[in-house]
Amino acid sequence: MRVVLAEDSVLLRAGLTKLLTDGGFEVVDAVPDADRLLTAVDAHRPDVVVVDVRMPPTHTDEGIRAALVIRRLHPEIAVCVLSQYVEERYATDLLSVGTSGVGYLLKDRVAQVSDFLDALRRVAAGGTALDPEVVAQLLVRRDDPMERLTPREQEVLRLMAEGRSNNGITAALKVGHSAVEKYVTNIFAKLDLPPTDTDHRRVLAVLKYLGT
Amino acid sequence: MPNVVPMTSASTDARTDARTTGPLALLRPLSSHRTWQATFHAVAGMFLGAATGVVVVLLGVLWWAAVISLVQGANGHWLLTALYVVVALLAPLAVPPWVRFISALQRERFRALLGVEIAAPGHAPGSGWRSILRPWTTGATWRQLAYHLLTPLLGGLGGVVVLACWSAPVLLPLSVGTPSGPEYLLRFVGAIALLFAAPWVARGVAGADTAVARHLLGRGQAEELAERVESLARSRADLTSAADSERRRIERDLHDGVQQRLVCLAMNLGMARATLTTPTEEALEVIAAAHDEATAALAELRDFVRGLHPAVLDDRGLDAALSGVVARAPLPVKLRVDVPRRCSPSIEAIAYFAVSEALTNVAKHAEASRAEVVTEQVGDRLVVTVTDDGRGGASSEGAGTGLRGLAQRAAAVDGGLTVVSPPGGPTTVTVSVPCE
Repeated sequence: MRVVLAEDSVLLRAGLTKLLTDGGFEVVDAVPDADRLLTAVDAHRPDVVVVDVRMPPTHTDEGIRAALVIRRLHPEIAVCVLSQYVEERYATDLLSVGTSGVGYLLKDRVAQVSDFLDALRRVAAGGTALDPEVVAQLLVRRDDPMERLTPREQEVLRLMAEGRSNNGITAALKVGHSAVEKYVTNIFAKLDLPPTDTDHRRVLAVLKYLGT
Repeated sequence: MPNVVPMTSASTDARTDARTTGPLALLRPLSSHRTWQATFHAVAGMFLGAATGVVVVLLGVLWWAAVISLVQGANGHWLLTALYVVVALLAPLAVPPWVRFISALQRERFRALLGVEIAAPGHAPGSGWRSILRPWTTGATWRQLAYHLLTPLLGGLGGVVVLACWSAPVLLPLSVGTPSGPEYLLRFVGAIALLFAAPWVARGVAGADTAVARHLLGRGQAEELAERVESLARSRADLTSAADSERRRIERDLHDGVQQRLVCLAMNLGMARATLTTPTEEALEVIAAAHDEATAALAELRDFVRGLHPAVLDDRGLDAALSGVVARAPLPVKLRVDVPRRCSPSIEAIAYFAVSEALTNVAKHAEASRAEVVTEQVGDRLVVTVTDDGRGGASSEGAGTGLRGLAQRAAAVDGGLTVVSPPGGPTTVTVSVPCE
């Protein structure tokens, strides 16, 4: 899988390049700022972009802005945003363009090498990878529909929002597969989502909770 | 008076005086720099005061004469009447600028000859016809006028006395007739006594003149205080924003430096942990421990750095930054932010940390099940309210609460923090700061 990496710290850029290469990704370009990222994306058309939030010149939210531009111009390119802090507002911005092929993770997560690579593969394959902190922040503000769900259902939804499949949720909660399916069906029902294509409803459920 | 810089040469001079001993010590004041400064000052004051005072008096007399003539009914040629009218109207207009000009001259005399700085009172010109009358309504004009009327009399007298003392050895022998022996001796002794007194007389006259001028030519107490309050407010605001930018700088430095390095370290350890298969069980354990430590250090540092200054506050404002705080709180918090315009960074930071600190307190002490944060603009103030349904009994006085530091931060920008927390609850923390 081809990756373009944008990170202003030389040290981290080199480290991430090695990590991704070792993990089976092909890093086609590694750039230090958002402008060069957009140029590199146009030139290489990678499968996935890994981008830091704070980059020159203003060191604020260049990465998020660049990610939004990429999502609009090239919906087929997956974007994974890395940040020292997760901010609810950045997540909402990022997800407002769509929830497929998007990731927003704390930078710390790269230390959990295999988890990070898994998350990145999931994003590259069109899935979602949200940091547990992001999900926690996003869910806490939605008081209306949340109150209809039981704590267990909320937990399942949280895992769905992180981008996990039913199997993943089963493994994480250590419950039976049918129990998870029941929770998911309940969630759809409580959120008034019509029984159509399941995957589509999953996205809608997550979207509904993220308020986008 | 804070605006008056004392003459530095005077103190140097005093030290020189003190060092010299013996008969020469008696002569020292006569040749001292300070004595001559005072003498020139007094003499210059005499001439300047006389010249400027005469003009003021002349203007006054002319105006009075014109007014009296008009009141009594001018019966001469119409040109004469016109002249009276012109004088009656123009004299009051001419006096204030003249007074300002000669006050500046006098202050310059103090500065150049004594090294004494006397700050000019503020001059508010106003606009239109008000600008003509305004000077007459300020105390400063009248005080200056008083100085210029006093100085020809008292200043002149002082100057004459100083001159007389210095010239006594010359003047006394030359005066009336040919005195007899004892009388001549008496005159000679008197002349010498006056000469030796001259330095002290000159310094006394200069000192008295300085005291009067400071009072009459300088700023009034109210103006002095107003200026002082303004400068204090300004320096306090500067301090607050300096402290704020310092926090931002540290946050940026940590983010760009230590945090990145630590991420790298943790990442490398993570890679080692994941890929190394050959090492012994022990080595792997050490790597795993180091990896966990690095990860924990990262999380700790992240919390610390965010506590310094949240970057999102600058990028996206209070609403976005507060959503983050509320989301991290370990209890359900309802957030409402209704601030149509952005306040200054220092103010937003105070509001942000108020919410952050209040919610930390709620989580630690209140035993609350939920809380609510409301941020709104009331008039030109930003008002932040944090309410919880806990057990109450909180106070901003306790040293450990962190609310005290916030109360101080709020007070530094003319804001305030109040805590209402009856036993049994609910607790409401309100911070009100001006939204500049």
